[in-house]
Amino acid sequence: MIKLENVWKVYADGTEAVKDVSLEINEGEFCIFLGPSGCGKTTSLKMINRLIPLSRGKIYVNGVDTMKLNPNMLRRDIGYAIQNIGLFPHLTVEENIATVPRLKKWPKAKQRSRAEELLHLVGMDPATFIDRYPSELSGGQQQRIGVARCLGADPPILLMDEPFGAIDPITRTKLQDEFLKIQAKIKKTIAFVTHDIHEAIKMGDRIALMKNGELIQYTDPTTLLQQPKDKFVRDFVGADRTLKSLQLSRVRDVMRQPPLTVKVEEEPGQVKARMQQEGTTWSMLTDQDNHFLGWITSEDLDPTRSLREIMKPPTVTAVPETPLNDALSMMLSSTIGTLSVLDEDGRLLGVLSFDMIREVLGEQETGRKGG
Amino acid sequence: MSKTIILIILLVLLLGVTVWMTALGEVGIFKMAPPGKVLRSTLRHVQIVGAAEALAILVGIPVGFFATRRALRYVSPVLVGIANVGQTIPTLAFIGIAGAVLGMGYQAAVVALFIYAMLPIIRNTYAGIRSVDPAVIEAARGMGMSRWQVTWKVELPLARPVIIAGIRTSTVVNVGTAAVAGMIGAGGLGELIVTGIAVRVMQLTIQGAAPTAALAIILDAALGGLEEAVTPRGLKILKEKQWQQ
Repeated sequence: MIKLENVWKVYADGTEAVKDVSLEINEGEFCIFLGPSGCGKTTSLKMINRLIPLSRGKIYVNGVDTMKLNPNMLRRDIGYAIQNIGLFPHLTVEENIATVPRLKKWPKAKQRSRAEELLHLVGMDPATFIDRYPSELSGGQQQRIGVARCLGADPPILLMDEPFGAIDPITRTKLQDEFLKIQAKIKKTIAFVTHDIHEAIKMGDRIALMKNGELIQYTDPTTLLQQPKDKFVRDFVGADRTLKSLQLSRVRDVMRQPPLTVKVEEEPGQVKARMQQEGTTWSMLTDQDNHFLGWITSEDLDPTRSLREIMKPPTVTAVPETPLNDALSMMLSSTIGTLSVLDEDGRLLGVLSFDMIREVLGEQETGRKGG
Repeated sequence: MSKTIILIILLVLLLGVTVWMTALGEVGIFKMAPPGKVLRSTLRHVQIVGAAEALAILVGIPVGFFATRRALRYVSPVLVGIANVGQTIPTLAFIGIAGAVLGMGYQAAVVALFIYAMLPIIRNTYAGIRSVDPAVIEAARGMGMSRWQVTWKVELPLARPVIIAGIRTSTVVNVGTAAVAGMIGAGGLGELIVTGIAVRVMQLTIQGAAPTAALAIILDAALGGLEEAVTPRGLKILKEKQWQQ
């Protein structure tokens, strides 16, 4: 879909910003350009839509040499989002989102319906927001509009230059999660620049790690973490790369069935017997519809009190999509060290413990030594 | 609201004074200008200001705009520097120099006023275009707007309030400068003022000065209204927010 072939960027003063970079991004792939500032990642990105002219080499989009295309036409078929967003302050949300459709002279009604559709996609109510101006939105909302705008005319390719870089960490995590969900639906080919290794591992199918204008390693996140090519890569991904690799797994991959679940109306004495039988000191309490209510430990069991009275309500819960590193920190903050995994309606799906995570880390350790 | 009332009272006063002075007919041995003459002088004044201002807008906006282009980035500091320094020259001195260099009469006055009126327009156009967030322009280019589309759809609309503010300043100053240009034989209301000063008849000076002041006030109010009308709604909301912070 996108192919860089021996691409160079040399400025008039002799600075070599990008040196002989070759890589290919396949259709539907989420490719991250990662590296410290000044490594040439943004320059590489901007050469794809010709915002920066390339000095040597070739860039193909859909098999066509980009130098053979009119740059404005090329750009209208490639979505573009940047860190500073750059929404047009004098235009409404609708007009901002429909920038490229307007350039492409879509009918007015189609522009509006597309803007509504995209507002839905980025989780904003069209009726509330479509006629507002950017200055009436929060930073996070503006960034959502920035994402919606780059999807305006439904381009197959998106170029994103640190689109979540200027946002507070909590909103950033939220936007990242939402964007991953959106990408799962729309399957665009994405080139995404970041200097944040966590963001790269979380978002990317493949990571192009750059240094001083050179492409050092181009591979999937797991390989980058487990088989760093040289000292630079090892240093860049960080000494805690074992922990970081937890980010690559989700709770759903590791969770197990709880050893014992009991229903809320069961007799305490009966429950005690079942726990002894199963050889466990705790069990999980649910209602008729399997909604998780809380934890029951054997020392709290009291024949005179109902299960509902003695249960400990959960302080934190996870969903199957929670990354393992987040799950680990949740466990560390909870008293029990075991995490309940629930669906969106609060129904019990499984359970996660330290031991299960330790097993995953052990497997990765052997895998790395083996490889 | 109260602003409008003050404005109307002021205008009524100034025009009343003009009518009163004209009604005097004569002061001592000096005849006041007859009503027809006052009217013609006023129209002449408007004509001088209009001609100079039109030229200043036609030339000033493109000059200010092109000064922001990358290709002219070595020339623009000089241009903007001239515009800034030029504005510090006092009106009287400027007209004096212009009279010496360009000669006397209507055309010389219009040329002098045009040059003087162009300076705030160049400066404001330059500042207005430069104040557009580079991220907005990068986004526009990145989405496939041509250079002209970026200028027409992004840069000029965003710079428009600042450019109009420049025209407003320039016009108001121009009304005053045109009065001074009476000294170099431009005609207009300046002629009455200058004559009044020369023969030391206060009433004659006021007969020219009052309508000049009224003209400046009217034009300022009109252009203020235009400035308000052409400011995009999104920018007004942004400004209000910035005020609150």
